[in-house]
Amino acid sequence: FSDFRMISLLTYTLKNLPNTSKWALRFCMRPLSSSSQLQAAAASQTKSKKTLAKPNIRNIVVVDGVRTPFLLSGTSYKDLMPHDLARAALSGLLHRTSVPKDVVDYIIFGTVIQEVKTSNVAREAALGAGFSDKTPAHTVTMACISSNQAMTTAVGLIASGQCDVVVAGGVELMSDIPIRHSRKMRKMMLDLNKAKTLAQRLSIISKFRLNFLSPELPAVSEFSTSETMGHSADRLAAAFAISREEQDEYALRSHSLAKKAQDEGLLSDVVPFKVPGRDTVTQDNGIRPSSLDQMAKLKPAFIKPYGTVTAANSSFLTDGASAVLIMAEEKALAMGYKPKAYLRDFMYVSQDPKDQLLLGPTYATPKVLEKAGLTMNDIDVFEFHEAFSGQILANLKAMDSDWFAQNYMGRKAKVGLPPLEKFNNWGGSLSLGHPFGATGCRLVMAAANRLRKEGGQYGLVAACAAGGQVFSICFTCVTDKTSYL
Amino acid sequence: MVASRAIGSLRRFTASQTLGCRGYICRNFTRSSALLTRTHINYGVRGDVAVIRINSPNSKVNTLSQELHSEFMEVMNEVWSSSQIRSAVLISTKPGCFIAGADLNMLNSCTTSQEVTQISQEAQKMFEKLEKSTKPVVAAINGSCLGGGLELAISCQYRIATKDKKTVLGSPEVLLGILPGAGATQRLPKMVGRPAAFDMMLTGRGIRADRAKKMGLVDQLVEPLGPGVKPPEERTIEYLEEVAITFAKGLADKKITPKRDKGLVEKLTSYALSIPFVRQQIYKKVEEKVRKQTKGLYPAPLKIIDVVKTGIEQGSTAGYLSESQTFGELAMTKESKALMGLYRGQTQCKKNKFGAPQKEVKQLAVVGAGLMGAGIAQVSVDKGLQTILKDTTLPALGRGQQQVFKGLNDKVKKKTLTSFERDAMFSNLIGQLDYRGFEKADMVIEAVFEDLNLKHRVLKEAEAVIPDHCVFASNTSALPIGEIATVSKRPEKVIGMHYFSPVDKMQLLEIITTEKTSKDTTASAVDVGLRQGKVIIVVKDGPGFYTTRCLTPMMSEVIRILQEGVGPKNLDSLTTSFGFPVGAATLVDEGGVDVAKHVAENLGKMFGERFAGGSLEVLMQMISKGFLGRKSGKGFYIYQEGVKNKNLNSDMDSILASLKMPSQPDVSSDEDIQYRLVTRFVNEAILCLQEGVLATPAEGDIGAVFGLGFPPCLGGPFHFVDLYGAQKIVDRLRKYETAYEKQFTPCQLLVDHANNPNKKFYQ
Repeated sequence: FSDFRMISLLTYTLKNLPNTSKWALRFCMRPLSSSSQLQAAAASQTKSKKTLAKPNIRNIVVVDGVRTPFLLSGTSYKDLMPHDLARAALSGLLHRTSVPKDVVDYIIFGTVIQEVKTSNVAREAALGAGFSDKTPAHTVTMACISSNQAMTTAVGLIASGQCDVVVAGGVELMSDIPIRHSRKMRKMMLDLNKAKTLAQRLSIISKFRLNFLSPELPAVSEFSTSETMGHSADRLAAAFAISREEQDEYALRSHSLAKKAQDEGLLSDVVPFKVPGRDTVTQDNGIRPSSLDQMAKLKPAFIKPYGTVTAANSSFLTDGASAVLIMAEEKALAMGYKPKAYLRDFMYVSQDPKDQLLLGPTYATPKVLEKAGLTMNDIDVFEFHEAFSGQILANLKAMDSDWFAQNYMGRKAKVGLPPLEKFNNWGGSLSLGHPFGATGCRLVMAAANRLRKEGGQYGLVAACAAGGQVFSICFTCVTDKTSYL
Repeated sequence: MVASRAIGSLRRFTASQTLGCRGYICRNFTRSSALLTRTHINYGVRGDVAVIRINSPNSKVNTLSQELHSEFMEVMNEVWSSSQIRSAVLISTKPGCFIAGADLNMLNSCTTSQEVTQISQEAQKMFEKLEKSTKPVVAAINGSCLGGGLELAISCQYRIATKDKKTVLGSPEVLLGILPGAGATQRLPKMVGRPAAFDMMLTGRGIRADRAKKMGLVDQLVEPLGPGVKPPEERTIEYLEEVAITFAKGLADKKITPKRDKGLVEKLTSYALSIPFVRQQIYKKVEEKVRKQTKGLYPAPLKIIDVVKTGIEQGSTAGYLSESQTFGELAMTKESKALMGLYRGQTQCKKNKFGAPQKEVKQLAVVGAGLMGAGIAQVSVDKGLQTILKDTTLPALGRGQQQVFKGLNDKVKKKTLTSFERDAMFSNLIGQLDYRGFEKADMVIEAVFEDLNLKHRVLKEAEAVIPDHCVFASNTSALPIGEIATVSKRPEKVIGMHYFSPVDKMQLLEIITTEKTSKDTTASAVDVGLRQGKVIIVVKDGPGFYTTRCLTPMMSEVIRILQEGVGPKNLDSLTTSFGFPVGAATLVDEGGVDVAKHVAENLGKMFGERFAGGSLEVLMQMISKGFLGRKSGKGFYIYQEGVKNKNLNSDMDSILASLKMPSQPDVSSDEDIQYRLVTRFVNEAILCLQEGVLATPAEGDIGAVFGLGFPPCLGGPFHFVDLYGAQKIVDRLRKYETAYEKQFTPCQLLVDHANNPNKKFYQ
């Protein structure tokens, strides 16, 4: 029957999905989550050299980590499937660490917008990357901190003695998203399946209405509040009275620092990826330092016409995958590895998904510091996930406000500001890109690599995510003198 | 405060980079140059924008009083004459309120329509001047913008409103029996189109910000903000002001135009309305509809149509004149005085005169998941009150839970709730079959069948579990609370909470205290009722309390009138044309014939002859035939699912014929029938005040209007006596007394009022 007609109508609808300028394309969907991570390592000789190790708990290390180049959605990765990207990250990790495949006990990946065909993308990617079919794999989701969740799940497996070697990673392919038939259409199709006689089929088909064909896009807004994240970020910026100029300036900083890091070859976690049928991709393509004047020309993307969040001061839709190799310390040392970092105290907190959706790092940072017995001054490297310029600046203002600390956090005094010179020095999600499921591992590796490069000891990562949740972790750099750890 | 705000908003001032089509990011101002202190209004200047801030002292709301009016004029004159100022922003610094309306005392102190007309004309002049201002004025609206507040806002060149639940725009004057008297009848139709303007002015309905934006009533929306480095409400107002300033500048620079693009439908409508014939048809349609709904009892709506018509057909000068004169006339009508009285009464009954309870109720338990129990649970959970709903069987409980869910889900369909909010509210409800968790309850409300033994059992079962501080409230329409409390170990904690059906729609809650009920128990019950959104009257215990007691003699008269041969349809139309929202026969069907019989029997025994009239046999025969009213599908009428026009139940004819009473021609005219019903009601109400069941006449009026549907245009029994004269009512009663004896004997208090014309229930 009318299948043909339906399909042609659907195609027609799809053709008319928003597809305008590049900036607009970057923004036609809200980033599903956002994460900000803080990493810092304190290594100056005057500081405490205390270990963050806990008695009777295994030391857990990150041996190394890699990621595919992060690309704007709709560019070189656009014909791939998510597990292809995840596979590339896994292969890159194998190549980088030379870890024998059969040593890996378990594989965990994080992802946000699931491809329905590969809902356990970790397993599909692992098999495709040539891992043993005897190595179990599962997929986790927690919006923008999904791959952090993958990492801490790995930590749990190792700490509890279940595993010694776990690969954790994350993947997101925003070039292709599962656009569904409407619920009414789906219901009709399922009913048709069950219908036995022609009469039944006709009676079901007769209920068809044209509006059944309007497609359903993956959530563009917070489910609980129906507010898009960009909109929430704009309100947050307004609540903290952050101007458009401040936001543009911060975005420019992120792009400039990313460019510098890229040019100086500091982004060593990136592994080249030969895309089937295309050229080898070697670097991120979203880093575009512009000028404040150029940025000022953009119209607000969410609150029109007077909002302050624009395409230029928000993170963009990105494709990418990342993976890290996590081991029990003794196992890593026995295998002759020199790990990059010790994973120490971490915590997840959550708060009001309406008005404090993106304010998580403010809450999580002091808590994880207290848990680790450190202060803001001890931290050498901060990596915060940059969902929006306005979100980062709002968090900084909140951390610098006694009033906020007293009225919303139950603290006596403000959290204190992370020094900007230690903060996201190699760019952030605003410039490098933000593949939701993959960002968490990137943040951790960026902090670890910065600690090595800059000679610090303690790192702190913080990342906010949809649903008002946030992740933060403290970790220690592994130096040549591992004895004090 | 203004100074600190001025400093607070001093940030890097980045110049012209931003204004215009690129997005109005310029939020920062030069220091204000003028900080003058007045009582209600202050203003400062930011660059070339005057920011006029309204904040009436010592009041939760801003009202458009004469003082505010003249201060505003002063300020505007300064704005107009200053060469530095090119535009202005008008904003309230009071959280949740722009301007809640005109000052009613200003109207009430007028004794002639001329005085009122003059007030109207002065306001018209001021707003006309504002409307014609060459310097654009932006109204920045956060919170209620009603009546005079709306008049002010729509006279400005541009309106920006916060998209907050508290931001409501409307013209509720019609609900007070008057009309918008400062030019809105002329301005609104031009701004939002005639159909929408009529809807606003004739229903008085409040319009939320997002809808107002769609209608063209406001030009921009601003989202309320969450926490920042100061309280969210404060920062939201500040942000609204910042946004309004950018628009004011944009308007002054002609980078923004206040004109709105009209949609195709709007264009077509306005084209159609340019044809006189179409216009006449529309006026006719609206008038017909209004006549049908008001039954000629409320003069204001028809006058509003007239005034709008005059403005459109004869020009604005005639329109303004007609508006102000009609305003004066309407303000002097009895209907308006009655409605304003009700409004004041309602305000009083929204306060807890017993003070805050020692312990706020956090955990509520409702016993009985029937229509009432589930209704009580619904109005509790949607206010965030943790509620246990208990019944004895799973099907009964499930029915109750579904009722609560449906009540909430209907709001989702109407888009006043999101599905997420519905789920969160519904999670406040715990359905169960036992008394688990009652040990943590702060209040138990029982809503089981009206059976004293059953209520005793529930009370004893509950008291075995509940903590010492827990209040036990009984939802009953007639069983004396004192009798229920006889089995209680702690009668000071027992109270009556009489809800009206359907609980989520009926505003009234009648709280009944016994001699033993403690003041704190009462305070707690009133507090819960207020949180449930109720208008509350507190009365003394006694048979039928106040509401049921007033209704019963009237119902007795209803049965007698039917027995005398007046048909149910005829009786219904007589009562509705007198102003009752529901006809008397229909009311019996709706409430349930068995309930009516139960109450009539009980109260008949207690009050004897005074409550006699119709024969109880009518109700008993109806019950024996299963005619219980709507719930059983048959009563005086037949009720069928999906059938809108109900038909008479022909089986009633034989019952009424067999119990026919002779009618007395000299007291059986249509008017007499109406007054026989109303005077019995009124007489009993006044007796309740005389006996101290009622504490104040205001509570009597509110109870009668909000609980029993006493005609609002009469303002309740006490306003009715005041406005129509006690003597006239006593005369009526005496006349009917000769026909029916004691049932119509006026009570002493009413006679006192008749003997002394200076005596009024409301001074």
